[in-house]
Amino acid sequence: MEQSQIKEKTIFKKDERKRNTQKIMFALFTLCMLAVIIPTILIIGFIIVKGVGTVNWSFISEMPRMGMKEGGILPAIVGTLYLVVGTILFSFPLGVGAAIYLTEYAEQGKLTRLIRIAVLNLAGVPSIVYGLFGLGLFVFFLGFGSSIIAGALTLACLILPIIITTSEEAIKSVPDGYREASLAVGASKWETILHVVLPRAMPGILTGGILGIGRAAGETAPILLTVAAFFIPRMPNSLFDQVMALPYHLYIVSTQVPGMPESIKYGTALVLLGLVGVFFLIATLIRLKFKNSTS
Amino acid sequence: MKEFIEKIAFTKSASGKETGSRTAVEKLEESQWNLNKSFKNRIGEYMIEKLIFVLGITALLIMGLIFVFLIRTGFRLFEDVTLGQFLMGREWYPNATNPRFGILPMIAGTTMVTVGAILISVPIGIGSAIFIAEVAPPKTKTVFKVIIEFLSAIPSVVLGFLGIVVLSNWVRISFNLSSGFTVLTGSIMISLMALPTIISVADDAIRALPDEYREASLALGASKWETIKNVLLPAASSGIIAAVMLGVGRAIGETMAVMMVMGNAVQIPSSFLVSGRTMTATIAAEMGDTVRNGTHYNALFAIGVVLLLMTSIINIISEFVLHRAQKEGR
Repeated sequence: MEQSQIKEKTIFKKDERKRNTQKIMFALFTLCMLAVIIPTILIIGFIIVKGVGTVNWSFISEMPRMGMKEGGILPAIVGTLYLVVGTILFSFPLGVGAAIYLTEYAEQGKLTRLIRIAVLNLAGVPSIVYGLFGLGLFVFFLGFGSSIIAGALTLACLILPIIITTSEEAIKSVPDGYREASLAVGASKWETILHVVLPRAMPGILTGGILGIGRAAGETAPILLTVAAFFIPRMPNSLFDQVMALPYHLYIVSTQVPGMPESIKYGTALVLLGLVGVFFLIATLIRLKFKNSTS
Repeated sequence: MKEFIEKIAFTKSASGKETGSRTAVEKLEESQWNLNKSFKNRIGEYMIEKLIFVLGITALLIMGLIFVFLIRTGFRLFEDVTLGQFLMGREWYPNATNPRFGILPMIAGTTMVTVGAILISVPIGIGSAIFIAEVAPPKTKTVFKVIIEFLSAIPSVVLGFLGIVVLSNWVRISFNLSSGFTVLTGSIMISLMALPTIISVADDAIRALPDEYREASLALGASKWETIKNVLLPAASSGIIAAVMLGVGRAIGETMAVMMVMGNAVQIPSSFLVSGRTMTATIAAEMGDTVRNGTHYNALFAIGVVLLLMTSIINIISEFVLHRAQKEGR
């Protein structure tokens, strides 16, 4: 690499024009990059600056009052937390189980390749389509009604492909030597998976899973069709209750209610962004730590 | 892990030594106990394997069910409306006494907003991918990648909210319009959401190229930029095409942000500066007014089927392109 750099330098001296073209192009690439980075930072900064004055303990711990124009957003936060927990419970065992089956048990061939393509494809299916599916299957066909359980199952289906793909990658990245060593000392296949493969693959599985959960927490379109209530100023009593949810609440306060004070909109946006940010931060930290420990 | 294997190895060797000094009865007892244990283990193992099998199959079944459910419900629409009327009809009056279910305006809306988003995000995205893969110093690279990933994690409803309070005003003022809720506003929103996908897939494609390509080109006297232009970009072209296609898929499926910033007028947009409505927004906005299994309900499911087919075709083609790219890489 160093040699090629030295060689590059001597060439540059010979050819001034070449160097200028390169400078211009690299400046252009930098500009492209900044055109992505700066808006992102502005978006985050703007929400934080505008929302930080509203978000205090009473905003996140009180019921909304006066048709949501005053008070806090507690039921929306609680609703989103219920949905997130439900989504984790449904999607993790299924997703990781499917990934273990696909990588460790299923015979690799045309069928598994077909399944992989189907899963990858489903990762790119629009979230509103999952909403339709949830509405048709969970809300109507299975008779759950508009409820926490219908919403959590829908969100679980939405992130299932993400969890399967990332878990599969993580499991596949464990070198075969570990499996062989474990089998050679007499461990059974399941013992090998449980004690050798899964611990090594766990950081990858967790990173993908947490990013998926973050996505589920911020999704609006699927819960619009399966759970979300416009305004219920109380806590849910059972899994078959409707709840308010943060993303849907932000949608309502910013489009559906005339004369909504700005502070509540920005406050809700900040709480939602903060929640998603926490998931993102945890996933990023796990990944960075894992990267450092392996290299 | 290592400890675990050592532990197993140790217990095995230890038990091996001890058996030598034992009486026959003890040996027999132990072997029976071992047999029992291994039988129990084997049953446990069998159950767990079956459980994993069931979990795996359930997950895959759910995936299949999505197709079945949507298509089954969506196809009921065609008892009332012909396929031609549905896809080519210009009139969408779902609640009129003589209802019409033509989705051409929504197809046009989705197409225009996607084209706009791609025109914005593809040049910027590929430029950024080159910057990250070939130009940026390692630390900058790590930081920027985290920021880009966070952009993809921002909920679309938050972006839509900012689209209402900030972007639509910019668009209204800079183009001197009466309303800032236009196709262009939607395109800018969507391009923000498609960019992380495009950048990360294109970046992966460029970085996956073997170092020999770079070294050979530089050794022949090409500058870094010439290497990128003449060697790396052509070699990574399938990966970059896949990146663009995945970005298109993302753009077609986006719901909340476009619904919030595009005005949702049912019309074939005559330019980027008028209101329009996408297929996704129609489903999200109107599902609340429908009756289960009514024609309107079925029509919204049929739109879902169209969306599912469009994104599936795009995803599967890009998957094949990526697969080919990986083969070429080897």
